[in-house]
Amino acid sequence: MLRALPVTVVLGIIAVIWYAGAVWLNAQWVYDQADRAGTVVTFAEVVPQTMAQDRPLLPPPHQVAAELWDGVAGQAVTSKRSLVYHAFKTLQATLLGFGLGIALGVGLAVAIVYSRTMEKSVMPWAIISQTVPIVALAPMIIVMASQAGIEGKMIPKGIIACYLSFFPVLVGMVKGLRSPDAMQLDLLATYNASGLQNFLKLRLPSSMPYFFASLKVAIAAALVGAIVGELPSGATEGLGARMLVGSQFGRPLDMWAALFAAAILAGLLIVLVGWLERVLRRRMGVVA
Amino acid sequence: MKDTGGPQAPVIAAAGLNLTFQTADGPVHALRDVNLTVGKGEFVSFIGPSGCGKTTFLRCIAALETPTSGSLTVNGMSADAARRARAYGYVFQAAGLYPWRTIAGNVRLPLEIMGFSKADMEARVERVLELVELSGFGRKFPWQLSGGMQQRASIARALAFDADILLMDEPFGALDEIVRDRLNEELLKLWNRTEKTICFVTHSIPEAVYLSTKIVVMSPRPGRITDVIDSPLPRERPLDIRDSQAFIDIAHRVREGLRAGHHEE
Repeated sequence: MLRALPVTVVLGIIAVIWYAGAVWLNAQWVYDQADRAGTVVTFAEVVPQTMAQDRPLLPPPHQVAAELWDGVAGQAVTSKRSLVYHAFKTLQATLLGFGLGIALGVGLAVAIVYSRTMEKSVMPWAIISQTVPIVALAPMIIVMASQAGIEGKMIPKGIIACYLSFFPVLVGMVKGLRSPDAMQLDLLATYNASGLQNFLKLRLPSSMPYFFASLKVAIAAALVGAIVGELPSGATEGLGARMLVGSQFGRPLDMWAALFAAAILAGLLIVLVGWLERVLRRRMGVVA
Repeated sequence: MKDTGGPQAPVIAAAGLNLTFQTADGPVHALRDVNLTVGKGEFVSFIGPSGCGKTTFLRCIAALETPTSGSLTVNGMSADAARRARAYGYVFQAAGLYPWRTIAGNVRLPLEIMGFSKADMEARVERVLELVELSGFGRKFPWQLSGGMQQRASIARALAFDADILLMDEPFGALDEIVRDRLNEELLKLWNRTEKTICFVTHSIPEAVYLSTKIVVMSPRPGRITDVIDSPLPRERPLDIRDSQAFIDIAHRVREGLRAGHHEE
């Protein structure tokens, strides 16, 4: 109960600010309507009318919640109006990109830790890659993928998600694989352990805390990548497409509902990674 | 330096050993002209102030450092060949147990690396844990054990694959006096039972005198041997032997050796 208090207070403050903002931003429309009709409205009459517009500038929380509920529970999950359907499409691309990102990040980290040449040649490029705005890169990746004859939007979306998610994994794993101290490496030398044994018995287990810390960043980055990948493609599927359509066709409620669906999805994914971490940590003898 | 290795070939033989580290401030003579032979079953302590090269010499025996010049053989072969033949177990100053492995898992580590069979592994783990009086703690994780117990586990780990030589680098340095006394006593018993050759680095005079059949006194800048004392104490040593005149005499000679090393500077 006491633990929930700070969260509740913050949520309350956000709700208050949000409602105030909704009244302030949506009032103009009410005044314009009244002007056109040649009537005069009082502030007390304005407020209720800011709460239930079809195209509000800023939809109040309850409208977003209702739209979200309708999108999640009010539609068949196979329907194109269902947020579950779109979220699933985005989730697929996210997980594909996340998986690719882990493979690429871990692979490059191993190469960098074991080879000075790789460190000198790859690491600067990895850093530069993250300074390129993904919004500029995403359309190119999609165009190139379709040029290369790749069917569907899944693969290019996955590649974009991978592009964003490999980097935290790479940085975390380089640090993690280098975390064993000189004494631990000496110990394995006294056993005449091979390079592979050195990796499997010492470096890899040592890197796990770093790995999971970076996974939490990587999964969120993969989701952002997948959504960005849905924006420029004229895509009709996914939360990103849903947001874009909402904004282009002046349907702010759609946009906000999709936005919150994406936030909830991100939250669930992070909880999932956190749970995996706890399971592994318990197996590795740490009291979670 | 006289040879006390007995009729058999010495287990460790160093002749004219030098090791110079190149640092930013110029060369550092970590070891200069070290001559020493260690016979089978001996318990040799290396004592001296920081920087005297005692740990460096131990690391040379373990082939973790490479001497600049001179000869060094371990079990009749080069130190590196001995390392590859897994001739020794090494106990570091810190227990250095893997936190993600149980005590048994930590002791099993060298056995896994060396490819022992599963059944053999279990039997060996059980035996060495019993040897260091940690039976029943195999399933515990390192953080559940005290510092002294962790260090005992690390000794078990070094014993698990039954190397003839045990190299110990200030293994009890971080422990309090009471635990240290107990572990010293246990280490002597273990040495008696296993008949291993032990090289033991310490900077405690009573510890060196109590444990050793041979005490090597070293001094710094450059790191070198200033005295080698063959202990007249019997193999069986109860803790109260430390009040005997013989013990006090040896301790006195060690202290003199350490002081002489300092005066030469």
